[in-house]
Amino acid sequence: MDNTKEKITGSEALLRTLIAEGVDTIFGYPGGQVIPLYDCLYDYSDRLRHILVRHEQGATHAAQGYARVSGKVGVALVTSGPGATNTITGIADALMDSTPMVVITGQVPSALLGSDAFQEVDVIGIAQPITKWAFQIRKPEEIVWAISRAFYIASTGRPGPVVIDFAKDAQVGTVEYEYKKVNNIRSYQPIPVIDPESIAAAAELINNAAKPFALVGQGVILGGAEKELFAFLEKADIPAASTVLGLSAMPTDYRLNKGMLGMHGNVAPNRKTNECDVLIAIGMRFDDRVTGNLEYYARQAKIIHFDIDLSEIGKNVPTDIPVLGDAKETLPAVTALLRPSVHTEWIASFASDEQEEYEKVINKEIHPSADRPLQMGEVVDKIAKASGTDAVLVTDVGQNQMMGVRYFQYGRTRSVVTSGGLGTMGYGLPAAIGAKIGAPERTVCLFTGDGGLQMTIQELGTIMQEKLNLKIIVLNNHYLGMVRQWQELFFDKRYSATTMENPDFTAIGEAYRIQSRTVGNREELDEAIAEMFAGEDAYMLVADVETHGMVYPMVPAGAAITNIIMGEESHE
Amino acid sequence: MNKKLYTVIIFSENTVGLLNQITIIFTRRQLNIETLSVSPSAIKGIHKFTITTWAEKDMMNKVVKQIDKRVDILKAYYNTDEDLVHQEIALYKLSTDLFVKMKGVEDLIRKYNARVLEMNEDCIVLEKSGHYAETQALFEELSHSIGVLQFIRSGRVAITKSKVERLSDMLTEMEKKANG
Ligand SMILES: Cc1ncc(C[n+]2csc(CCOP(=O)(O)OP(=O)(O)O)c2C)c(N)n1
Ligand SMILES: [Mg+2]
Repeated sequence: MDNTKEKITGSEALLRTLIAEGVDTIFGYPGGQVIPLYDCLYDYSDRLRHILVRHEQGATHAAQGYARVSGKVGVALVTSGPGATNTITGIADALMDSTPMVVITGQVPSALLGSDAFQEVDVIGIAQPITKWAFQIRKPEEIVWAISRAFYIASTGRPGPVVIDFAKDAQVGTVEYEYKKVNNIRSYQPIPVIDPESIAAAAELINNAAKPFALVGQGVILGGAEKELFAFLEKADIPAASTVLGLSAMPTDYRLNKGMLGMHGNVAPNRKTNECDVLIAIGMRFDDRVTGNLEYYARQAKIIHFDIDLSEIGKNVPTDIPVLGDAKETLPAVTALLRPSVHTEWIASFASDEQEEYEKVINKEIHPSADRPLQMGEVVDKIAKASGTDAVLVTDVGQNQMMGVRYFQYGRTRSVVTSGGLGTMGYGLPAAIGAKIGAPERTVCLFTGDGGLQMTIQELGTIMQEKLNLKIIVLNNHYLGMVRQWQELFFDKRYSATTMENPDFTAIGEAYRIQSRTVGNREELDEAIAEMFAGEDAYMLVADVETHGMVYPMVPAGAAITNIIMGEESHE
Repeated sequence: MNKKLYTVIIFSENTVGLLNQITIIFTRRQLNIETLSVSPSAIKGIHKFTITTWAEKDMMNKVVKQIDKRVDILKAYYNTDEDLVHQEIALYKLSTDLFVKMKGVEDLIRKYNARVLEMNEDCIVLEKSGHYAETQALFEELSHSIGVLQFIRSGRVAITKSKVERLSDMLTEMEKKANG
């Protein structure tokens, strides 16, 4: 059928191209400038599952969550004007976090473009700074090319968001449909050519290293290079730590996994960054939340930077040896040249820092004394243990996020869905919806804050309608906790605009027909966790946690990465 | 702060909105665009941008990589003045009356290698191409003598001294890679 040249509408051409590109799920919200497209979708509902979100921002975050767990391109479909502008946060988030996503926005008929027509907005102009590519379809003939090109760009090289602005006349006009896949663009080279000299130089540096240390970023996951990473680390016996987005590339209990880097990361990897002799960054971008003050960052080390994106090389940290390419190819190329070695003493040297962090921070967080209120860390820890190692962690932003990523446990790759680079509150709930739809067989646990939940709380309606088995844990501290933490530490406890009077979240959950329960003590918590995982339906567990809890360790913004506050004085 | 004047040369597909994509990268890095010139290149369908900006070398490296990364950009690089033959073109509108009465007009035109483009009862339009300093010098000399009614200067156009811009070879390479 698809290869005979029949005339169909632009809307149908678009849907068929989506299917040809492997799409089976769309997150969207209808409106005036996409009614023809939605009308056509009605006929395609057996092949394209449409998830009706409750706000377009939710469509983008859901598409992101879907993409992050499945590795496929997430798709969002919205109307023009306000529908399009509501997607901006998700698009910016996807660019920062290299998430493959195609956002299709309706647009006024092309004859009206530029005339301030009803619900017209310059989507391309707005989207350009926050997309890999943005294109306006004005003629039905452009549809197949533009959509296929959009998927090619979104999914190849360093992935990212693409916006397709779809004028209404192109939706209703007709075209001879013939699918033709775009798989090259002359001005776009998604994967740099590997330079054998840099491979050799990297191997030589590692072969001569006494204290090598690897930093694992999301690039490893995006490149599907987890096995290649293990082979590399094993052969040269290199300890490694992850960025927030690199988490789950290595299982939590893996021998060489030394935890998480950065502002609220583990003590050992942050300190060891400034002790190693060769620092090997793999698919990460030296974000300031990872490096702290660059003046004091890894000055003693030679730095090797594996990346697929040339513009990341030397952007923040001067690199001694850049290794450009796809980690799935560059890692084995370097591994082949490595001499097997062991770094027993060096690896053992992490233990004292780990012990120190356990005593000063972790133990108090997950085993608080009986007289203290619930701690966020203990809630996460208990749920991590109950959810099994196959579960996906989704978080919102704030203390709940840092506690979530710190205390959850990862058994397999693609298990963390969180807003890293943009730090978008409100990301969690819709992203969890996308994650569950992208990995229906996996348990999906969302940790969110009382603040962030209320930014996209309407998506509970989507969960209700789609009957999604999501485990929602609200870490309710009655504060915009992370901001309160900064105010406590750096602004003299002047809690400006961070206290929140909250609604009864359980009542809200119940209103959406989601079984919900508020817990304020340990016995109730244990019961509720058991109840939550016993059922096959959505569940909202609202944990009333300590109001003045703090996330430690912490490297204050702008401080050296070794300048770590442990918060020993507090809690006692 | 060791700022220098750099000339950024960019080849791109001729797609809508590319100028915007390029200028936002300068804006984000707080670089002022001193001059800008855009025109079709020797190859059909490919546009060439020539942009000058004051920047530090390290910043220039980062900016050019970020420009080069955009999907529709074929190639972006930068040069300093030593590597380039470059010109700007300037037009000067003068009062015909004053101009004909002015002493040493011919010497002036010869000295600056300027040309008369237009001459009517009201005004005369001179054209001069050259480096910024040269077009500026003529402007100042005329301003001080008979005054300049209107003045306009183009953005810089530039060509590298060292190597031929083998854009067509580069394109063949790119297409070969893409198809292979
Ligand atoms: C959209 C958005 N607005 C503001 C912020 C700034 N911000 C970061 S964390 C935070 C507090 C979050 O509070 P809550 O959701 O209750 O989480 P908690 O830190 O208490 O766990 C705020 C306001 C943000 N990251 N995103
Ligand atoms: Mg809170």
